[in-house]
Amino acid sequence: MTATSTEPREPIVSVRDLQVRFQTTDRRATVKAVDGVNFDVRRGETFGIIGESGSGKTTIGRALVFLLKPSAGAILHDGVDPTALSRSAFRSHRRDYQIIFQDPNAALNPRMTILASVLEPLELARVGSKAERERQAREALERVGLPQEFGARYPHQLSGGQKQRVVIARALTLRPKLIVCDEVVAALDMSIRGDVLNLFADLQRDLGLTYVFITHDLAVVSHISERVAVMYLGQFVELGPTEEVAERPLHPYTIALLSAEPRPLPSSMRTDARIVLQGEVPSPIDPPSGCRFRTRCPHAQPLCAERAPDWRELTPDHWVACHFADRPNFSPN
Amino acid sequence: MGTGRPAQPGAEGARDGARPLMSVRGLGIRFKTAQGVWQATRKIDFDIAPGERVGIVGESGCGKTITGLSILRLLPGNFAGLDGKILFDGIDLASCSARQMRAIRGKRIAMIFQEPMSALDPVFTVGHQIAETLRVHTDISYEEARAKTLEMLRRVGIASPERRIDDYPHQLSGGMRQRVMIAASLICGPQLLIADEPTTALDVTVQAQILELLRDISETSHTALMLITHDLGVVAETCTRMITMYAGEVIEDASVDEALVRPLHPYTSGLLRSLPHLCPRHGRLPSIPGRVPSIAEMPNGCRFRARCAHAAKGCEAEQALQDAGGRRVRCWRFAELNLPGALHPPGPAAAPMVARQ
Repeated sequence: MTATSTEPREPIVSVRDLQVRFQTTDRRATVKAVDGVNFDVRRGETFGIIGESGSGKTTIGRALVFLLKPSAGAILHDGVDPTALSRSAFRSHRRDYQIIFQDPNAALNPRMTILASVLEPLELARVGSKAERERQAREALERVGLPQEFGARYPHQLSGGQKQRVVIARALTLRPKLIVCDEVVAALDMSIRGDVLNLFADLQRDLGLTYVFITHDLAVVSHISERVAVMYLGQFVELGPTEEVAERPLHPYTIALLSAEPRPLPSSMRTDARIVLQGEVPSPIDPPSGCRFRTRCPHAQPLCAERAPDWRELTPDHWVACHFADRPNFSPN
Repeated sequence: MGTGRPAQPGAEGARDGARPLMSVRGLGIRFKTAQGVWQATRKIDFDIAPGERVGIVGESGCGKTITGLSILRLLPGNFAGLDGKILFDGIDLASCSARQMRAIRGKRIAMIFQEPMSALDPVFTVGHQIAETLRVHTDISYEEARAKTLEMLRRVGIASPERRIDDYPHQLSGGMRQRVMIAASLICGPQLLIADEPTTALDVTVQAQILELLRDISETSHTALMLITHDLGVVAETCTRMITMYAGEVIEDASVDEALVRPLHPYTSGLLRSLPHLCPRHGRLPSIPGRVPSIAEMPNGCRFRARCAHAAKGCEAEQALQDAGGRRVRCWRFAELNLPGALHPPGPAAAPMVARQ
């Protein structure tokens, strides 16, 4: 198989032993939203992170652009630790690392025109003259496929897909190197999704952007990403090239996740081999000992409760955290 | 761990022959707004056979939810009028008295929604809320109602129901709440269950559990299911028939397999083509240009024609939902168009996300 693309490129982001903890509101307990995650994002790639609600994928996304401070571990941008920078150096540094969220309604001020919204980051960054800023903002709108006259409109006059384009345009104004995309197409109707995903692909090709694409949607992540990480209860359970993970998954959770996805195929083409996981994700306040997936894993053994599995590279570029991932006959079918 | 199975091919509910459980004819819903009266849906025609599982699909604003709500006459305050008929076992739900409606709602036709937390009352135990339906509709003692509730909780797959029956909604997870809602909706043994996006708020592994439960219950107790969803995958896994809606109208009605393999309406085909599942990885996703026309300025004739790659002269004329050999489509060109479905182009690209066997 394929696209273990070229030799590894130099990482634009390195994440080492990342932990993010939150206090519950009554301050009695600590939620380990992200608990020991390691990965690199390579320059120019689309790195997908997939997981169910509460897996910590959004927390990782926010930490990557330092909207959240890691509780432990390090995130390096281009080899630089942004937390070591001075305040002003940090402010200009973070322009290169943008984030886009799911709901464009929440991201746009209903009382600002589209142009004013797109201009705002340029004004805050004090880029060029007023005329120069306006030119750049209009360019960004054009780049995402919105006609000139949209600049004068207000968010309520736009459809969901158009609003998401505005948000993308705004993220582009400061010419970032990397954009974290957190469920950016989840709120869009399916006929519009394709358009927006195509736009992301075009922008990446034209501007050399790197994306971290966070989603719960397997079809979206497998379509757009070169590599994909599967997250469960604050940790990565598998990471590898998309084709590998989608077609030869190693971790029982990935296998179950893939088989649980409803596929729009006629009955003759659907497999009977369907694994329906029992139960739901345990609480991240008190995760299971050893392997966190063991309480729902169809193959759990005593060892799984005793010891957390190592994060290991089972085949080149394909990582997994499971004691038994390399055993033959591991697959349930 | 259980093994799910895909929906059976062919409508065991038998579209022809058996008398339909429900016949919707010419259903239209109007709303009052500051700009006047708007027609949200119109000319909705379809039948549901006893025990049949029908998916109603479409994008936001196409009228699928309001169609489900109008069957139970659960209409919002700005509702201005209902046209047409909803015949359920000889009773017209569109015109029957409020008293008749109350006797049917919850007993013979039940409904579940996307967000179980907003459908459950936080200050009553789940057992109380499930038994309530039973006590309203039947003369039943407290003990009997509790016993039946326990049985139903077990039936919908809730572990240790003796303990859960006295829990409050906040003590349950999202998947368990949806199971409780399903238990409450089924407690009176309805002939029809309307499920409006029942798994949209759930994670994919929990979604698989709930869909399996719905399919199972429909098969074992012969409950007809009207599943309203935007997700074509959910319909393919759960239903035998698929009704596609666009801009307030039914535009196609066919068995799931027929609709997926050979859609007859350009919109159904466009929706299928825009799904990332069916597209080569990293390739360009086909999409439908433009957007759904606003309810305030619906075009005459075919409502999809401004976005349709196959629009031609005759499309300005009113389109009837016409018979196309056991299925129905609202497009006068259907016979001459050969539209791609979920299997085109065939080959490995058609099913990239398959778990290894």
